[in-house]
Amino acid sequence: MYDKGKIIPGLIIFLGLFTFPLWYNAGNAGNPPKPEKPAGYQKCVRPVEYMRTSHMVLLNQWRDEVIRGDEREMIMIDGKPYPKKLQAGCMGCHADKKKFCDRCHTYASVKPYCWDCHFPPKEKM
Amino acid sequence: MSILYSFIAVLGLAGIAWLGKLAGLEYLFGVVFPYMAFAIFLGGFVYRVTKWAKSPVPFRIPTTCGQEYSLPWIKQSKLDCPATKWQVVGRMALEVVTFRSLFRNKRAEIYEGPNLAYGSTKWLWLFGLMFHYSFLVIVLRHMRLFTINVPGFVSAIEAGDGFLQVGVPPMYITNLVFMGALLFLFLRRVTMPQIRYFSLAADYFPLFLIMGIGTTGILMRYALRVDVVTIKQLASGWTTFSPVMGKIGTIFFIHLFLVCSLLVYFPFSKLMHMGGVFLSPTRNLANNSRMVRHINPWNDPSIKAHSYAAYEDEFREFMKEGGIPVEKE
Repeated sequence: MYDKGKIIPGLIIFLGLFTFPLWYNAGNAGNPPKPEKPAGYQKCVRPVEYMRTSHMVLLNQWRDEVIRGDEREMIMIDGKPYPKKLQAGCMGCHADKKKFCDRCHTYASVKPYCWDCHFPPKEKM
Repeated sequence: MSILYSFIAVLGLAGIAWLGKLAGLEYLFGVVFPYMAFAIFLGGFVYRVTKWAKSPVPFRIPTTCGQEYSLPWIKQSKLDCPATKWQVVGRMALEVVTFRSLFRNKRAEIYEGPNLAYGSTKWLWLFGLMFHYSFLVIVLRHMRLFTINVPGFVSAIEAGDGFLQVGVPPMYITNLVFMGALLFLFLRRVTMPQIRYFSLAADYFPLFLIMGIGTTGILMRYALRVDVVTIKQLASGWTTFSPVMGKIGTIFFIHLFLVCSLLVYFPFSKLMHMGGVFLSPTRNLANNSRMVRHINPWNDPSIKAHSYAAYEDEFREFMKEGGIPVEKE
C-alpha cells in the first residue's frame, strides 16, 4: 500500500465519523420513557395507537379550528364532552407536563412549539 | 430500459420489505439486515480504499487549470495548479466542500456557420450541491434517533431545518430541497439526449433508491405516522448491541430496508466517489514535476536496460529467418 501515512488516518477518521453513535452512547441504551397516565381515567379522545403516533396532528387541527375557524364547540366522545383546548382539554386529565409530555419529547428530542404561546403549568416542587 | 429496470428493482426491494413485515420477520429486517448492511458498508468502503491505495501513482498527473509555478514575476494560479502541499490542501478542500470542478462545467453548442460556442452551465453544480448538503443535514438529523443524550449540534440543525414551522410535525426545508434536487438530477438524465445516451442502470438505480428512501421517509413522518419512541428504542439499541424490537408500522421497514440496500450497494458502485474524491490523483497531487524527481516505485534495480542493439544481437538469426529487417548484417 502506498501513502500509508495518509490512507490509514483517513480511514480511521471515516470509521470514527460513521460509528459516531456507537462511541457517543458508549453502551448507554437509555431507558424508554414511561409517560405517566392520569389516574382514574380509562379513555382518551382517540385510541392509544393513534395518540402515540399522531396526537400532534389532532392538536394542530384543533388549533386551526379554534383560532382560525372560531369553531369552539365541545367534541363528544362516548357521550362525554371534551373542550378542544390544550390546557383546559388535554391537560385537564394529563395535568403534569413534566411527567407526561416531556418524557417522550425529551427522549426523542422533539421540541414542540406549543409552549411558545401556552404557559406551561407551574409544577409543584 | 435501464430506467425501467432500475425502477422495478427499487420497487422490488420495497416489496421484499413489505412481504418481510407481512411474514412477521421484523427481527430479520429490523436487526439482522441493518447490522449486516452496516458491516458490509464499512468493510467494503475500507476494502475499496485500500485497494485503490495499492495502485502506485508513479507520475504527477494533476489536471492543471491555471498558470503553473514558474518565474517569480509570473503569477501562479495556486489553487488551479498547486505546487506545494498546502496549495493542494486548499484545492482539495474547495473541491470536497464546494464541488469546484463541477462549477466549471461547460456546455458546447453548435450554431449555424457552423460555429462552436461554449457556455457556462451551473445547474448541475447548484443542484448537486443542494442534494449533497441536504443529504448531509438529513443524516445528521437522524442522529437524534441513535444517540441517547442528543448532541447540541443535532438539535440545532433540526431546529434550523424546521424553523419555517409549517404544519405539525414541522416540515423540514431539506426534505423539499432534497427531493427537488433528486428530481432535477433525474430529469437531467432523461431530458438531455447526450446524457440520456450514456446513462446506465448504475446511474438510475441509485437515484431511484435514494428517491425511494426520501419518499418513504417523508410518508413516514407526515402521512403514515409511526411511533418514534419505539423506533428510537430500536435505533439506540443497535448502537449498544441490545436492540429492542417493538411494534412499528410497515413503512418503517420499507424505509429501513431501502437504506440497508443503499449501504450494501454503496461500496461497490459509483457512490464510492465519497471516498474516491480524496484519492483522485488528478486533484490530490502537486504539480511539482520540475522541482522534485519522482521515481517509479516499481522499478526493479536488478533489471538491467536492454538496448535495441543488444536485442538485435540476441535475436538476429531468428529475425533474418522471419524476414524482419535488421540494422547490422
